Amino acid sequence: MAVFEPEAEVAIRDAEETGGDVIGRSPWALAGRRLVRNKLALAAFVLFLLIVAVSFAAPLYARHVAHTDPFVSNLSGSFQQNGKTVQVIQQGTGKLGLGETPIGPTWQAKYLLGADEQGRDVAARVLYGGRASLEIGIGSAALACLLATVFGLIAGFFGGWTDSFLSRAMDLVWAFPVYLLAISLATVLLTAPNGLDLGIVRVGASSLWIPLLIIGLIYVPYVYRPVRGQVLSLRQKEFVEAAIAQGAGSFRLIFREILPNVASTVIVLLPLMIATTILTESALSYLSIGVQAPQASWGTIIDDGQALLYTRPWVAIAPGIMIVLTVLALNVFGDGLRDALDPRSKVRMK
Amino acid sequence: MLAFTVRRLVGLVAVMFALSVLVFLIFFATPGIDPARQMAGRNPSPDTIKNIRHEFGLDRPLPVRYALMMEHMFISRDLISYGSHTRVVPQIISATPVTLSLVVGAAVLWVLFSIVFGVAAAVLRGTFFDPLLMVLALIGISMPVFWLGEVANLITQDKLHGSVFSWVPPPGYTPLTQNPWQWFLHLLIPWLTLSVLYIGFYARVLRANLIETENEDYVRTARAKGISERRVLLRHTLRTSMITFVSLFGLDFGVLVAGGALLTEVVFGLPGVGQLTYNSLTGLDLPVIMTTVVYAAFFITLASAAVDLVYAWLDPRVRPT
Repeated sequence: MAVFEPEAEVAIRDAEETGGDVIGRSPWALAGRRLVRNKLALAAFVLFLLIVAVSFAAPLYARHVAHTDPFVSNLSGSFQQNGKTVQVIQQGTGKLGLGETPIGPTWQAKYLLGADEQGRDVAARVLYGGRASLEIGIGSAALACLLATVFGLIAGFFGGWTDSFLSRAMDLVWAFPVYLLAISLATVLLTAPNGLDLGIVRVGASSLWIPLLIIGLIYVPYVYRPVRGQVLSLRQKEFVEAAIAQGAGSFRLIFREILPNVASTVIVLLPLMIATTILTESALSYLSIGVQAPQASWGTIIDDGQALLYTRPWVAIAPGIMIVLTVLALNVFGDGLRDALDPRSKVRMK
Repeated sequence: MLAFTVRRLVGLVAVMFALSVLVFLIFFATPGIDPARQMAGRNPSPDTIKNIRHEFGLDRPLPVRYALMMEHMFISRDLISYGSHTRVVPQIISATPVTLSLVVGAAVLWVLFSIVFGVAAAVLRGTFFDPLLMVLALIGISMPVFWLGEVANLITQDKLHGSVFSWVPPPGYTPLTQNPWQWFLHLLIPWLTLSVLYIGFYARVLRANLIETENEDYVRTARAKGISERRVLLRHTLRTSMITFVSLFGLDFGVLVAGGALLTEVVFGLPGVGQLTYNSLTGLDLPVIMTTVVYAAFFITLASAAVDLVYAWLDPRVRPT
């Protein structure tokens, strides 16, 4: 949550903390100082890095700790637990002594969180799923921010019909409810027998690129609006006028004068966007139109766990806890980053 | 006001047209995709594909195809689901009351609780309750609603169902007209689940706005006049802070009615519009998806135009010239 402080107060506090030598320090150094002071935000960032590191270590965990391949079903497998042989899929454990249930959490290296209906190690799958969720979340947020910055710079700088056209197009995507747009795009792309065929590039139907592209595209307007607004107001500033007076061309004006000033807006939005895209990815995967088998993500594992909810609740609960931790860490860090980079809170995001 | 109304309505028609074109392009003109094959659902017969190709004029130019799609959707309303072989539009109409029941109830909860939490956090600023409430709000925002729904089901339907939660009926829906008490019981847990995210979000927005208005001149004047703190809060700061709150509410409510409540409906087995969309997703029943998307997008643009008009009527400053 942004704490509203008048500009003067921020400056005074910066001065106190730095022993009065604010003048001469770059805004980035001051922002870094403010961020380091915010212990909660730093802790959140460390937690996020930890989740990323653990998720990307998924193959190591599967190979060296759990000793399984969590993408191969293991319906008739068994393993040694406390010196006894245990079946991964246990027969006759249902209410009437019928049916079968995968093994529950063993709280040991093998099947730490139990197995899913295919007899696959849930803990290892949650790590692999985290890797996919994070790749899509970070990738699509970066894509949305990149496209929005390019479009926002063009629209805000050149104005006129370029601005009208881009802004109308963005308004249109904005008017579309996020999930409905994603559902439309996903159903069309997923039903295509050969996946997405763009002539030069072909993307298979189970590729992570499809959800990444869909989610990245639908969130472009959410970053475009603040960026364009910022460029419009920067265009009127004296330092831009001064550069024009020096004979600077459009290229220099955009990249040397305006872009560095817009960068902080985009950086503030990035962690909050990643939080949003991770939630969106999990929702789409839960609805079976995000990540496709054989790939797994946190969303697809929650979906797998729904059928086992009352017998093996950990299959659905574990990936959900990972999502909550990741998104919470990103939101807390994002708030801290905004307070540090943008103490007057120009950037607001839903 | 009349000029503003006319301009807003012209804009509305333009946006609706553009939205329908966008949906049309997604479903009928994505490169490398055969719409007839896709419309027919899983494992269609060659005859079905041929019929669809003819019905939607897929061998004719794009503008004709667009006109035919709109005719099927809004004038003859005879789009047929290739999964269930029933008409799509009546299905949507009969599912709407379920979605409305869910969203209206959740909206009541989220407005009440977010005002209580937002005001409490702002008033208790400086004590440890404020950060506590805001961290709780942040946790609420960070939970995927479908996962929260599963956890709620696990708590109320599993072991505790025998004792504390024996009053919770199994997931499903009873119409209000049939049995109001059962309607209420079936929806109570879904209402709570759906509202958590919005309570967190609105409480944070309200708290920020309350603290922002705290520094306004007219609030200082009110205090200087010796008005009680309680009255300053209720009549001065809260009133102004509600402006953002109300405009956000209009948008979120519209989005939820138009299919945003999909995930909650699926988790709790409520047969609303979202559930209809979900069922057609698993069967890849494109006519249903296409129709719900267009109807929903139209509903949202209508709702946001209505919000703008009410707003302009209430507050002349927002009528741009």
